[in-house]
This record gives sequence, C-alpha cells and structure tokens, in this order.
Amino acid sequence: MARLSRRRLLGSAAALAAAPALPRPAIAQAQVCRIGLILPMTGPFASTGRQIDAAVRTWLRMNGETHGGRRLEILLRDDTGVAPDTTRRLAQELVVRERVNILAGFGLTPLALATAPVATEARVPMIVMAAGTSIIVQRSPFILRTSFTLPQQAMPIAEWAAANGIRSCATMVTDYAPGHDAEGAFKRRFLERGGQIPLELRTPLRNPDYAPFLQRVRDARVQALFVFVPSGEGANVMKQFDERGLRQDGIRLIGTGDLTDDDILNDMGDPAIGVITSHFYSAAHDSPENREYVAAFRQGYPNMRPNFMSVGGFDGMRLIAEGLRETGGNLDGQRLVDAMRGKSWISPRGPITIDRETRDIIQDVYIRRVERRDGQLWNIEFDRIPQVRDPGA
Amino acid sequence: MLTVLIDGVASGMLLFVLACGLSVTLGLMNFVNLAHGAFGMAGGYLCVVLLNQHGVPFLPAVVAAALFAAALGFVLERTLYAHLYGRDHLDQVLFSIGLVFVMSAVVDWLMGARQQLITLPAWLQGRWDFGFVTVGVYRAFLIAICGAIVLALHLGLVRTRFGARLRAAVDDGVVARGLGIPVNRIFGVTFALGSGLAGLGGALGVEVLGLDPTFPLKYMVYFLIVVAVGGANTIVGPFLAALLLGVVDVAGKYYVPQVGAFVIYTAMVVLLLLRPHGLLAKASAR
Amino acid sequence: MSTPLRLALQALFWGGWASAYVLLPEYLPLLAQIAVVALFVLSLDLLVGYAGFVTLGHAAFFGVGAYAAGILAQQGWGEPLSGLLFGAAVAALVGLVTAPLVLRGGDLTGIMVTLGIAMMLYEAANRMAWLTGGADGLQGVEMWPILGIWRFDLFGRTAFVYSLLVLFLLFLLARLIVASPFGLALRGIKGNRRRMEALGTPVKARLIAVYTLSAAYAGVAGALLAQTTQFVSLDVLDFHRSADALLMLVLGGMGALYGAMIGAILFMVAHHTLSELTPQFWQFWIGIALIALAIAGKGGLLGLARRALARLPRR
Repeated sequence: MARLSRRRLLGSAAALAAAPALPRPAIAQAQVCRIGLILPMTGPFASTGRQIDAAVRTWLRMNGETHGGRRLEILLRDDTGVAPDTTRRLAQELVVRERVNILAGFGLTPLALATAPVATEARVPMIVMAAGTSIIVQRSPFILRTSFTLPQQAMPIAEWAAANGIRSCATMVTDYAPGHDAEGAFKRRFLERGGQIPLELRTPLRNPDYAPFLQRVRDARVQALFVFVPSGEGANVMKQFDERGLRQDGIRLIGTGDLTDDDILNDMGDPAIGVITSHFYSAAHDSPENREYVAAFRQGYPNMRPNFMSVGGFDGMRLIAEGLRETGGNLDGQRLVDAMRGKSWISPRGPITIDRETRDIIQDVYIRRVERRDGQLWNIEFDRIPQVRDPGA
Repeated sequence: MLTVLIDGVASGMLLFVLACGLSVTLGLMNFVNLAHGAFGMAGGYLCVVLLNQHGVPFLPAVVAAALFAAALGFVLERTLYAHLYGRDHLDQVLFSIGLVFVMSAVVDWLMGARQQLITLPAWLQGRWDFGFVTVGVYRAFLIAICGAIVLALHLGLVRTRFGARLRAAVDDGVVARGLGIPVNRIFGVTFALGSGLAGLGGALGVEVLGLDPTFPLKYMVYFLIVVAVGGANTIVGPFLAALLLGVVDVAGKYYVPQVGAFVIYTAMVVLLLLRPHGLLAKASAR
Repeated sequence: MSTPLRLALQALFWGGWASAYVLLPEYLPLLAQIAVVALFVLSLDLLVGYAGFVTLGHAAFFGVGAYAAGILAQQGWGEPLSGLLFGAAVAALVGLVTAPLVLRGGDLTGIMVTLGIAMMLYEAANRMAWLTGGADGLQGVEMWPILGIWRFDLFGRTAFVYSLLVLFLLFLLARLIVASPFGLALRGIKGNRRRMEALGTPVKARLIAVYTLSAAYAGVAGALLAQTTQFVSLDVLDFHRSADALLMLVLGGMGALYGAMIGAILFMVAHHTLSELTPQFWQFWIGIALIALAIAGKGGLLGLARRALARLPRR
C-alpha cells in the first residue's frame, strides 16, 4: 500500500514540475495583449531602465489597461544592459515560452541589434524605446522607434552654434559608437556652415578622467566645446570644465541633451548653469500634455523627474495602443506594424510622427539653456527646429 | 606641461592612498583581498551622506569616513576574514568577491545606482595662477594630504615599535611569532589601518574619481596594478609605482589622446615584463 | 566513490541535460547558453585547476574566438564547424604568442599581465570598429545550416543540440588529456614546480602547451556563442566574463572537469532564477552564497558533495 502511494506522489510531483512547460490554455489569453519589456534594471544603465519602466506604468495609470479590446499585460525582464546575448535570449524566451505579442524596451544599440533577428523570425513588433543608432530600424521590418537618434540630436546644435557667432569649436566625445555618431553628425553640419574644428578628442569609455583632455581644449583656445558623454558622466565633465578654468576663459560648453540629463540635472549644481544643449525633451517643456505627464509621473514616483528616456517608454505605449485600436485588437505582427506606421500625435515632448517608410521617429528638436527656476535647475527651451528626421549616420 | 605633471602626481598619490592598504594585506597577511575597494567605497559614501544630507564640513566628513572604514575593516576582519587565513588564494578570491557583491548591493539599495556628486567647500575650489603654470586648489590639497600620509606611514614603520614589529612579521612570520610578537593582533590593527586609508582615499576621491556602486570593481584593477608593479612587500615600491602610473596615465591622455586608455595597460605590461618582481623588490630568499 | 555509482551519476548528468530537448523545450536557449559558458569554464579549469596557473584575463581568448568566427561568417563563410575550428586556431595562436609574456615573474605578475592583455584587446576591438563593429556589435553574422541540414531556428533547438554536442566531445577530449602523462605532469607542476624541474620536466614548455590548449578551448566556446546568437559585441572581451568564469570554477570545484561544469550550471541557473524574482538583489544573494561557500567548503560544491558522500555509510 505504501509503495503505490509513493509512486503516485512521485508521478504527480513530476506532472507539477512539468506544468510550467505546458502551453497555457488558449482561453485565458484571448483578451490579453502581452508585451515583453526588456530593460536594463540593474547595472551601469539602470537609470534608463527605471525611467522607462516608470513611464510605462504612468501611461497605464493615466490611460487604463484596455485598448482595442485587449488588456495590456507587461512582462518586465532585466537584461543588465551589458550582455546582448542575454537580451536576445530573454527575447527568445518571451516569444517562445511566454508567447508575447510585442517586444519593447532595449536600452542600448547592441541589445536592439542582437534582438532584431528574433523579432523578424517570430514576426513580432519590436518597439525601441531607448537606443539611438540610425541603423537599428533597418535591421528588421518589425522595428519601430519611439526614442531618438544621435545624429538627429547633434545636428541642430551644430546649426545653432554656426548661426550664433561660433567659428571655432573643439569636440570631445566618449570613444564608442554613439560618441562617434554624435561627433560625425556635429562635425558634418558645423563644417558645412563654415565653422572650423581645430581639435577632436575622444575620451576612454572606462574610467575617464576629463582633466587632461579639457586641458588640451583650454590650450587650443577655441570659442566653444561640443561634448557627448553617456548620461551620468555629464556632471563630471561640467565640474572639470569649471575647475580647469575653461568657463573663465570664455569657452562655451555645448552638446546634446545627454549632458544635462533631467534625471540628475538638479544634483549637478552651479557648474551646469548656462550650458546650451539640443534635445527632443525637457521636463520643463511648456505644454499642457507635458504638465499632465510630469504631474502624473511624480505622483507615482515622487523622487524622480522624468527624463528623455522616459518619454520613449511613454510614447511607445501610446503607439501600441494606437496600433491595437486600428487593428481592432488583431494581434497579427505584420498588421500591427502596418497600423503603427504613420501615426502622429502630440506627445509630452511635442508633436511626433512615426515615419511610414522608415518606421523611425520624426520629432521637434529644441535648443535649451540650463537655468535655475524655483530653486531647481531646468533645461529651458528657447528655440525649436520642427520635425527633424534622422539624417543617417 | 607642468600642469599635466601636477595633475598626474595628484592622481598618483590618491591612487597610492587607496591602494597601500592592499599592498600591506597582500604582503603581510598573504591574503588576496579583492574587496579592498569596497572599504574605499564605504568611506566615500559616508562622506557623501555627511556632506550632502547633514551639512557636515568637508574635513570632519573625510576624517569620519576614514574612521568608519577602519572600524568596518576591523569588525569584518575579526568576524569573517579570520576564517580564511592560510587558505587557498582562490578561496580568498571567492570570499572577497562575494563581499564586494554584498556591499555593492547594500549601497545600491540604500543610495541608488547613480553617480554621487558633492560640492567642495569654497576654500578648496578654483585655481592658483602662477603665470607659468596653473594649479587646481583641490589637486594641491590632495598632494599635500597624501604626502603627509606617506611621510607618516614611513615614519611609523621606521620609528615606532609597532612599525618594527610589523616589519618583522612581514619578513618572517614564524620567527616573529617565536620572538613573542603577537602577529595575529598586528594583522587586525594593520587591516583596520589599511581599510581606514582606503576609506580616506575613497572620500577624497569622490570629486576626482566619482562614486557609484561599481566603484570597488572598477578601480580594483588600478589597485592591483599599483601593488603588482610596486611589489607587495614595501611602502616605497607601491608609492613610486602609483606616482609613475598616475603621471603616465595623465600624460598619455594629454599628449597622445588617440591612444588614451591603451597607455596605462601597455605601461603596466611593459613594467611587469622588465621588473617581474616589482619595481624595488630584491629577489627574496624564500 | 564506487565506479558503478560514478558512472551512474555521469550518465544522469549528460542524460538529464540532453533530455531537456523533450522535457524543457521552452528553456533551450538558456540551456544552450549554459553549455557555452560551461565550455569556457572548462577551459579555465585546464589552466587554473590542473596546471595551477591563475588568470584574470581568459575572456581574451573567448572574445578572440567569438570575433574570429563571427567575422568569418560575416565575410561570407557561414559554415559552422569550420568556423569553430577557425575560432579555436586564432585563439590558440594568441595564446601561444602571449604565453611567454605571461609566464615571466611570479604569480601576481602573471595575473596582472593576463589582465593587461585582455584589457588591451578590449580597447583594440573598440577602436577597430571597421572590423569588429565596435560598441554597436558585429552585424550580418549569418550561419549556414549545420552539415547542410539543421538550420539555426528561433526555438534554439539546433543551437542547443550543437552546443551540448560540442561540449560533450571536447569534455571527452579533455578527460583523455588530463589522464595522459601530459596531464599528470601538469598536476605535478601545480603541486611542486621545483621538484618537477628537478625531475627534468620541461616545465615552461608544458605550461605554454596547456596555456595554448586552454586558449583554444576558450576560443571554441566564444565561437559557439557567436554562431548560436549570430551576434558579437565587446562584452565577450569584458573583464566581468573572466571574473565570472573564475567564480563559477571555484564555486563548482577546481581540478575536476565536472566541477567546472557544475559550477557554471548552478551559477547561471541561480542568476536566471534570482534575476526574474528580484532583479535588483541578485548581487546581494549571490554574494552571501559565495561568502558562505568560501568559509565553509574547500574544493567548492563538488568538494562538499564528495565529503557528504564519503560520510554516507558504506552499503
């Protein structure tokens, strides 16, 4: 008697162990649209992940979970941001095991590039909410982007500099692909407009010490310095910039908005005041949509200020909802992608469009200056270039 | 450029203060402590908290950081490290990396993963212009403080009884024990001292090196470079190594920026190939 | 441990892993990745566990193998098996060239030189973006079907069988090598180098040989990763890969091939599980586990298991 029940026990234990591997009953999934959100929640790029995650949850809180007849379900996965093979594997698992209908997130370029073939083969829309290299959208016909591209952001500041009396400018970028992209785009436009770049510097990706590079900039006696560094390094650069005496020498500090990331701008202190950058989003953007967004965001996350990464997540969700509404809840990958192309709306950042041909984002880029208002530091917009397309690498 | 030289020297001296504790731990206790950087991180974070959240003035905050790190070192040494003396080096590696993981995770939880920023007091900001060279006030301050520490360490080793016992224990632990020197107690005090210095370096370095939960692993490589190139058994060796590496690193980035990060690794490999036993080490008779 | 018991456990190990094809079909990508990492840790074991030579820069060979195989496929030759051989050959060459540099001086010097070389390779790969794709990664890696029949599919089935088979075959080879006179010489060198020299063993030559062999193995692991994920980026050369591998090796137990693989499996599974549960505290719990293991056991988990088994009453 004892023997039989042990066997049965083992049998049911084995069945229980195998249960997660069995496909879930079809009925439970009928009304749900599952979104696999792959973000760097830990590691050096954790702030990107946290901002986007916060924005996604904010959007759901503001707009509800049901769109086009489907309830949106988010499956969040942490890929740590440093191992593209992990991101790809997580995407594979989400598609194969969890049967997600949409992939989203992707904090950096190599992570998106590694996952592109998975989206293509599984025929699943892939919404890139953070990564910023031009070629990403070309790697799969299922990719749509709601973030930005670096050339799109670097070009306007080159225009502004040339149009505002800056003739000679040095460039200092971090020595990796996004840095090269930013340097290339700035250089091309600035030289086209008649400016000169007597000094081009690249700082190491790891453990950078900006002091010797800034010293060279000082010795080169240029009028301005264009900087691109990964978000988070901006504070170091600005501190060293002041400490070296470049500001006293009259050298102006310009760059893309990564330098004055809203997430940490307030902690940067006085060295940041007066820095001019070009970017597509400022938490201080003066529009009803943005005011509503920032208020709702801070309601859920009182210690965070939304930054440019977060709007990528916010608008990504809107794009998904718009797509579902048009297909009437149909989850077929190709139909969703076709429904999402060409969509336009007013985002917290301003008017945006997802290009019908390239599936890339077209948005306004603003020129802003860091100013102190109400005791806090903000990027205050004072000029705007409307509907900028990605000019390509 | 003299400015570059001064920057390099300041960098090097800071690196030395951070790394000298490791040199002693490795040389004296034969313990591979990859968690050394974590004590620097602990000191740095305490300093940041005191400065930013409690308005404590700079100097007391730095001193508090050093004492905190020393106390932390002492406690951990007595409770955890002591179990691993004489064990296989790799077990010690396993342990110390585990410790780094735990401390980094705790710091991440308490303070978040972002870079920590502080504002220096007004008397440490700005630059002095001597005409032919400009010197950052903070860099000069670093050189002065670290120089004083090096001098104090050297005198402590050479002139005090504790120093004599320490040197004896390093040269030959067995004989030292035989002479009645309490080697284990010396371990404890020395470890606390080394950790305290790391904490001091961490606090002083927030402005120059930055501070986030990945600090211990990020800079561990530099500490190891200093100890390997300088030789683990002396104070002067790592000091010279740190200075050399600081200057080479800064000068490399200034004069040949295209090569940048290569320089320090290439310099290390070359130095190690030329002097495999450390800059000043005599081939020991062990 | 008695031979029948030993054989049974080994059969269970490989049989269990292979049966995942049927039992856990949705976890195949993870299991394939674990096989790749297990091979890498195995390569490290040959060097650290058997020859007693500690290195912090083994990812250099992993990365070189990955880029070699990846670039080969990108340039048009996507045949998998020859790609593996190419990756192994290039990594072995780098190992052969750097071995004399690494073997000068004492232990700490050697460790630092391995570290320095790995870091230099990382910077070089970053800089030579025209060849490696730089920080964005190598794209356009397209693999032909294995032996013309089995295509690399989305479910990871082909990748799984391929990786596991390569691991198994290379494991058998490693076992042969370790049991051979060469392997015994290595163990002697680890135990007492001076005595081996006195016996007339060409110690330096043996060490260079095992260094090159270990590099080749690591190169195959890297090539496997490149082929199964069709992507290579700078992280294959990163320091954290070397450090993680060393951890896995010490965790599982050095000087035993199974120890290397068990360490890899447990670490990766723990990472995957804990990461899904508590994304932010993975580091904390793995740190606690490592500290406990270091204080408690000698010889890692395999050592603990052996001691536990030894305590069982003999039947």
